[in-house]
Amino acid sequence: MQMTSSVARPSAARIPWLSLGVWGALAILVLIAYARAPQATTAVLTSTIRQSTPIILGAMAGIMCERSGVINIGIEGMMLIAAFLGYLANVWTGNLLLATAGALLVGGAVGAFHALMSITLKVDQIIAGTVINILAVGFTGYFYQQGLTTRGKLAPIDIAPLSSIPIIGPVFFNNPPITYASLVLIVVIHVLLFRTAWGLRTRAVGEHPAAADTVGIAVNRVRYINVIIGGMLAGLAGGFLTLEAVGSFERNMTNGRGFVSLAVMIFGKWTPFGAWGGSLLFGFANAMQSQIQFLQNQLPPWLAWVSQTPPQFIGMLPYLLTIAVLAGFVGRARPPAAIGKVYEKE
Amino acid sequence: MTAAPAPEVVLEARGITKRFPGVIANENVSLKLQRGEVLALLGENGAGKTTLMNILYGMYHQDAGEVLVRGQAVRISGPSDSISRGIGMVHQHFMLVPVFTVAENIILGAETGNGPFLDLSVARRQIRELSQRYNLDVDPDAYVKNLSVGQQQRVEIIKALYRKADILILDEPTAVLTPQETEELFAIIRSLTSQGASVIFITHKLKEVLAIADRIMVLRRGRVVGETTPQVASERSLAEMMVGRSVMLEVEKQEANPGATVLAIERLVVDDDRGQQVVNGLSLEVHAGEILGVAGVQGNGQTELVEAITGLRPARSGRVLINGHDLTNASPRRVSETGSAHVPEDRQEDGLVLTYSVADNLVLNRYYVAPFARGVVRDEHAIMQHAEELVNRYDVRTPSVLTPVSALSGGNKQKVIIARELSREVRLLIAAQPTRGIDVGSIEFIHQQIIAERDRGAAVLLVSAELDEIMTLSDRIAVMYHGQIVATMPASGASREELGLLMAGARPAAPAVSEAV
Repeated sequence: MQMTSSVARPSAARIPWLSLGVWGALAILVLIAYARAPQATTAVLTSTIRQSTPIILGAMAGIMCERSGVINIGIEGMMLIAAFLGYLANVWTGNLLLATAGALLVGGAVGAFHALMSITLKVDQIIAGTVINILAVGFTGYFYQQGLTTRGKLAPIDIAPLSSIPIIGPVFFNNPPITYASLVLIVVIHVLLFRTAWGLRTRAVGEHPAAADTVGIAVNRVRYINVIIGGMLAGLAGGFLTLEAVGSFERNMTNGRGFVSLAVMIFGKWTPFGAWGGSLLFGFANAMQSQIQFLQNQLPPWLAWVSQTPPQFIGMLPYLLTIAVLAGFVGRARPPAAIGKVYEKE
Repeated sequence: MTAAPAPEVVLEARGITKRFPGVIANENVSLKLQRGEVLALLGENGAGKTTLMNILYGMYHQDAGEVLVRGQAVRISGPSDSISRGIGMVHQHFMLVPVFTVAENIILGAETGNGPFLDLSVARRQIRELSQRYNLDVDPDAYVKNLSVGQQQRVEIIKALYRKADILILDEPTAVLTPQETEELFAIIRSLTSQGASVIFITHKLKEVLAIADRIMVLRRGRVVGETTPQVASERSLAEMMVGRSVMLEVEKQEANPGATVLAIERLVVDDDRGQQVVNGLSLEVHAGEILGVAGVQGNGQTELVEAITGLRPARSGRVLINGHDLTNASPRRVSETGSAHVPEDRQEDGLVLTYSVADNLVLNRYYVAPFARGVVRDEHAIMQHAEELVNRYDVRTPSVLTPVSALSGGNKQKVIIARELSREVRLLIAAQPTRGIDVGSIEFIHQQIIAERDRGAAVLLVSAELDEIMTLSDRIAVMYHGQIVATMPASGASREELGLLMAGARPAAPAVSEAV
């Protein structure tokens, strides 16, 4: 009756001019920077990818949970426990592949615990996530022993001809396995959520669980599986920290990355590619701050004031950026409608 | 399937009993649905109609009794069982995901595609075929959130047909529809049954039952109290079966005695949530001691008009005068303190705080003044006394005044709002859809209250999508179309046909009866 001609088509058909513009402008900036300082530019970009890896994995963990209607603020804790137990697996077995699998499984198990609390036991989902965060800090802190040694960490794999392309080569095609995996997973999760029957059901359960129930979808089962998948992604993020980035464990080494992931998830409107954009932004800020600290004495004169700034302030940059981004975007993002609500038949 | 010569029973319930803590929702209920017929299940809210249907659809499981589909006893343990046996249900509150497209909603749970990957093209084709076959016009690629209520209902029907349902349960399908949309739905139902489908039509609206049903079953307090056919039943007899006592269908009222202007609206312009201008320079006046009924198809700016008058939505321009005071864009509290009562359209969202008790809901408009507050402290005693008194006076059926209002039926929730709004001296009553989706007994009561307010000298602005309600209650009728009043006329001279045409946007025929803006 009031059918408007402006009824939107599925988003695939539209061309995202705004993001194309933003990406184009960024590419030009990178090229200019590369022309001025090729080594520093490559270093910053490589580091951006590395820094963004745990963030995008954590954000995708959040996306899987929240798209199915379960809030997960326990990503930080999931990462930390998986980082710790993955590290211990590496210490005991000396097999990095096994250790990575261990981190995945541990993440999945903590995810299952979150599902048990928030779906079956109907604990407030914010509280359930907080339980996991606190548990993670206590558990890893208590069992952590100093002086354990490992046999190295996951090494970069050079994808032969591609890695010699200037800029793109070293940035994208000379990475360790979890970083590659995270890039592949962005596409996989996107396809899973928006192009498969499972994704349709997942989103339905997160938007209108009663509607899903009336067409015979087992709401709580779908939620369980997605929360466990989310846990595994967070576990992989944890594994990245101890098995790929650092090679050892430190107390509280996630350092807020789980929370940044949540911010990035919201920034990306609960989509993998959007979240990736946010992760790169955070990764870039992080790469810049370490690069600035590294190059303190070689800065041009007009940036001399930077070298006088205490490093703690420069270290805050990524987090300040997160706050700014969130302040600008949160209001406009619309979370899944049924998020945080236990599904009960009337 | 082959057509049987004798009436074939496609669905049968035998001795269904279902108890919920403290209530028996269904007690030994039996019914038979024949192929190709429309069986109307009539009953007041809380009579157990929806519970019975949820058992047939597998959302609940019965405590006793059995269900037979095409003569075979079956155990339906979930919606997927009923779907696979050809039973489809259109729920009262639509089970559609607003952010999905029509096609996505229809295939959800029965997806078409390539392995795990979705392929909507097959679904789109099937949806178009179903649309044509049953004359259900919808665009498969439209987002559900952009559709009108009537269109959403069509999506629900297609959703059931897509799953090859030939037994359709429609739960209060007309509760949210305009008269025109209801007519369209009836046409759809007739085309469904003529092609072999069987329909159970749940409602409490008597006219509709007589118009569409082949057989009528009446439920009261969880039991079957009778079965009849439209040929022998009348509105009056049905109402008596349903309520268990004789009811007045016609509202008795005296001639209006209009006084001074209480509410004056001058060239009001209001935007909706999306920033579209939906009230376009509207003017109207309501006098003391009269009921002005605003008729119109839903979505013509009525909601925004009421919200702008009551201070819930900013007006872009124009003026709202109450008793001569300019209250344009005043706060809701200021509007309320002028002696204006508001019965909002959406009682769940805007009328009540669902988790609060009946007692607290009854003082929402006056909790901060004596006698309910002493300084910053609530006077519990006064609040309780007030609640007990109103619950008795307005016949609110609640276990106690401390019960959360969410536990009450629709009719009783509405009575709580009416009680709160009218329990003080009211000079202006703004009632939007005051009887939508509630039972006959409550409707009767609420109509009496509205007329009593008028007789006491209050000005009443009644906004309703139910043309019958507008015509029986109003003294004057204003027709709203595209954000403007296109005609105003005395209710005594108004005909259904004329109003229907004006509501659909036809120009008023004779300028003599119109005070068009």
